[in-house]
Amino acid sequence: MIRALIFSAVSAICVSVGATAQDIAITDAKVWTGTNAGTLESATIVIIDGKISGVGVNLAPPSNIRTVNAGGKWVTPGIIAPFSRVGIVEVGAESSTDDTSAATSKFSVALRASDGFNPAATTIPITRIEGVTRIVVAPSLGASIIAGQGFIADTSGAADSISVDRAFVYINMAEYGAALAGGSRPAAWAALRGAFADARGYPSRFIAHSEGESLNSTDAQAFASAVRGQQLILIEAHRASDLRKIIALKDSNPNLDIAILGATEGWLVADALALADIPVIIDPFTNLPGSFEQLGATAQNAERLLAAGVTTAFAHMGNNGHQSRLVLQSAGNAVANGVAFDDALMAITTAPAEIFGLTGHGILQPGAVADVVLWDGDPLEITSAPELILIDGEVQSMETRQTKLRDRYLSLDERERPLAYKR
Amino acid sequence: MRLTKISALSACMLALFLAACGGSSSSDSDAPEAASDAINKNPFPSTYSAYPSATTLLQNATVLDGIGGQITSGDVLLVDGKISAIGEEISAPEGANIIDATGKWITPGIIDNHSHLGVYPSPSVDAHGDGNEISGPVTSEVWSEHGVWPQDPGFTRALAGGVTSLQVLPGSANLFGGRGVILKNVPSRTVQGMKFPDAPYTMKMACGENPKRVYGYGSGGYPGGAPYSRMGNVAGYRTAWIKATEYKRKWDKYAEEGGDPPSRDLELDTLMGVLNGEILVHMHCYRADEMMQIIDISKEFGYKVSSFHHAVESYKIADRLAEEGVCSSMWADWYGFKMEAYDGVRENIPMVHNAGACTIVHSDSSQGIQRLNQEAAKALSDGRRVGIDISNADAWTWLSANPAKSLGIFEQTGSLEVGKDADVVVWSGDPFSVYTKADLVMVDGAVMFERGNPDRTPVMDFELGQPGEGDLK
Repeated sequence: MIRALIFSAVSAICVSVGATAQDIAITDAKVWTGTNAGTLESATIVIIDGKISGVGVNLAPPSNIRTVNAGGKWVTPGIIAPFSRVGIVEVGAESSTDDTSAATSKFSVALRASDGFNPAATTIPITRIEGVTRIVVAPSLGASIIAGQGFIADTSGAADSISVDRAFVYINMAEYGAALAGGSRPAAWAALRGAFADARGYPSRFIAHSEGESLNSTDAQAFASAVRGQQLILIEAHRASDLRKIIALKDSNPNLDIAILGATEGWLVADALALADIPVIIDPFTNLPGSFEQLGATAQNAERLLAAGVTTAFAHMGNNGHQSRLVLQSAGNAVANGVAFDDALMAITTAPAEIFGLTGHGILQPGAVADVVLWDGDPLEITSAPELILIDGEVQSMETRQTKLRDRYLSLDERERPLAYKR
Repeated sequence: MRLTKISALSACMLALFLAACGGSSSSDSDAPEAASDAINKNPFPSTYSAYPSATTLLQNATVLDGIGGQITSGDVLLVDGKISAIGEEISAPEGANIIDATGKWITPGIIDNHSHLGVYPSPSVDAHGDGNEISGPVTSEVWSEHGVWPQDPGFTRALAGGVTSLQVLPGSANLFGGRGVILKNVPSRTVQGMKFPDAPYTMKMACGENPKRVYGYGSGGYPGGAPYSRMGNVAGYRTAWIKATEYKRKWDKYAEEGGDPPSRDLELDTLMGVLNGEILVHMHCYRADEMMQIIDISKEFGYKVSSFHHAVESYKIADRLAEEGVCSSMWADWYGFKMEAYDGVRENIPMVHNAGACTIVHSDSSQGIQRLNQEAAKALSDGRRVGIDISNADAWTWLSANPAKSLGIFEQTGSLEVGKDADVVVWSGDPFSVYTKADLVMVDGAVMFERGNPDRTPVMDFELGQPGEGDLK
C-alpha cells in the first residue's frame, strides 16, 4: 500500500504525526455513518489497525495517534462503484491493453476478470482520488450471454488489492445477450436454462463428454457455486418483460442469489422486485429510449424503485473502464430527481456492500473497514472533492498520472528548457 | 435479432470515438457575385420563426449575463422575443407577465456546439445511424441536416437541460465529414423548422485516429484504403484544399469575366465556402501536436479553424491557441477511451481559459448535453483547486457566448444583451450545483420547457404510445 503522505494535497487540514503510523483519528467531522446513527456533527472517528474503532460526538481520540482536524467538513465511508471495468482496461480502443472481454474464447463462466486485473493501471488512482475506494469489476461480454466472473478490489493500487475474487457471475439477458445467444430472447433463455442444467449436473454429466448443453466442463464447474445459490448472479436486463422473467426465475429457484443490472424499466415492476427481494444496480442518468428495451426510461427510476423498497445501487455505466468515478455525479443527480440525500449516498455505499456481501463496508461504525473519505464540501455536490482518503486505514496518495500531467503544464514557460524536464 | 446487434453496439462505440468538431471564422471576403448567381447557397432555408411570447419581466434573480457580468438581485425584461432590458429594479411595462425569480438564477440559454442529436438519435437502432458518411475520407458534399431526425427524443432532454441552440455535426470518420447545421432547440416537424435563421454553415473535419482507422484499416479489414496514417491524413487534407483552391479560382474567374459557369461540384462547393470565409471549420482534434499542424495547414490554404473539438490536449498548447485565436471545445473529464485521449486532465478547460484562449464546454453526447452546466462546474472547481480562480460569471462564457462565437451566431444569441434573442434559462438555483434544474427554458422569449408543467413539456412522436410517454425525464 502506498504510505507516502502527499502533504500538498492535504495542506488544507492539520496533520500531526503520532506514535503509530497506521492509526489515525479524524476530529470535528460531519460524519455520515451509513447506519441508524445517521449524520453526526462535530464527531470523531478513530481508526486503529485498519478498522474503525470508534465513532462519536463526545469521543476523545487516543492521545498518541495522528489526528486530523476536519474543521466541520464531511466524512463518509469510501464510495463503492458497483459496476465497473476499472483496472482491466488501460486504453479503451487499444485491444492490447483491454482485458475486459474475449470474443473468440471458448470459455464463458470460467473467465475470471481478476486474471486481467492490473493494480498499477493509471485508472485506479484516477478513480480513487474522487473518493471511490472499492470497485466492483465485471468482465464484458464476449461470445456468450455469460461474460464470466467479476471481483471486488480496493483502489489502493497495492498488489493485494483484490478484496473478493469471483464475487459474482455476470450474465446479459437483454437485447445484446439475445443477439449473442443466436438472435432472440428465446435463444438466450434456452442457453441460460442449458447452463443451469450443465452446472447442476456437474460433474456427472461430463463424465462421458466435455461439452454440455450450453457450457463446457470448465465453465460448468465454474458455474456450480452460483446455481447452488453460493455466488451472486448479476443479470443485466432492461425491459419490464425481461425483468419479470428474472423475477420468475428467482421465484422458481428461491435459493438463487440474484441482482439485476440496468433495470431501465425497473419502476414498472418495482413492487415485484421488492417482493422477490431482488436488488438492482441502475444508472440514474438513463432517461432516453436508447433502445427498444428502454422505452420506459426515466430519471425517476431510482426514486420509484427506492419508494417500493427495492435495494438500489447506483452505477455510472458510460465508459466504465475510466469514468466509474462519476458515480458521485450520478448520485447527486438522483437527488435532484427526487431521491433522498441519504438514500443516494446509501446507493453508492451500503447498497453495493449489501448486494455484493461486503460485510463491514460502506458504513462508519466500530469494527467496520476503515475506508474513509474527508471531503471539502457536500460529498454529492459536483464541485466537491476529497481532501483525505483512507483505505484499510492507510492514507492514500492524491497523485495520479493526470495530476502529474496537469502540474507539468500549469506553466508553459519553456525559456530555460523543454517541459519534458519538469516533473 | 441478429448478431449485427453487436455491430450496432460497435456503432455506438464508433459514434463515441467519431465524435468531433472544429471552427469559427470571420472573413471579410464576400463570395463572388457571379457565383452567388449560379450557386444557390441556401437551398434548404430555415422556416423557423419565433413562437408567440408574452412580454415578461423576470425579477430578483441572480443573473449571469453570459459575458462576465453577474447581478445579485437582477431583472431581465423580454419583449417580442428579444432581451429588452437587464439590470436592477426594471419597471414592468403595462400588461407584462411578471415572474418572481427570487432565489433562482438566470443565464443565457446553453449552446452546445458539438451534438449528434438527430443524426445518431434515440433509439440507436441500425436504421438510425445517419451521422457518418463513411463512403470515403472526403465527404464534404454531405450535410448533417439531411440526416437529422427531428423526432429524436434527445432534443427534448437537452431542452430540459437548458440547451436553446446546438450545432449538429457529422461524425469524425472522415477527414472532411461534411457540413454541420445550427439549430434552435425547438420541436419541429421538419429540420428546416429548427434551423437557426441566418446562421452560417459549418464544416466538420477530423484529425488523428478515426480517419486512419476507418479508411486505412477499413474498420478492421486491413488494408482498407487511404489514409493509413497521420501522414496520410495531412496529405488528404492538403490534396483536397489544392482541389478546392483550383475550383475557387475557376469561380472567381467566372465572377470577374463571366461566360459559362464552371461545373458544379458539391464536395468542392463546401470547401470553397470555407476558403471564401462563409463556412466555419469545426475540427475534431485531440492531440496538441496535431492541432498545431492543422493551424499551419489552415494558413497554407488561407482559412481559419473556428474551434478544435474534444481538444483533450489543448492545455499543452493553450498559449499558442490564444495567439492563434482558435477555440477549444472540450469535455470536463473524458479521457482514456482511446490513445489520443490518454492525456486528458480535469483542468483542461480552466487551463485553456487561464491562457486567454477561447474556451467552450461541449457534449458530443445525448447524456452530456443534458448537464453541460455541471460539466462547467466540474471544470471550474477543479481549476480553483489548482489556483486558477475563474468567476462563475466568466465560466458561463464557456456555455453560451463562446460557443455562439464559434458558430458565428453571437450577434443574435449567447448573452443577455439588449436586442439579442431571448434565449434564456431560469434555473431553480445556482446552476453550478448538481442539485439545480432548469425551471424555465425560453427560446426567442417563448417558453418551450417548464419543469413540472406537462403543457410545456414536448413529447416526440416516437414516445407517444410507449411506456415513457409524457413521463418525467
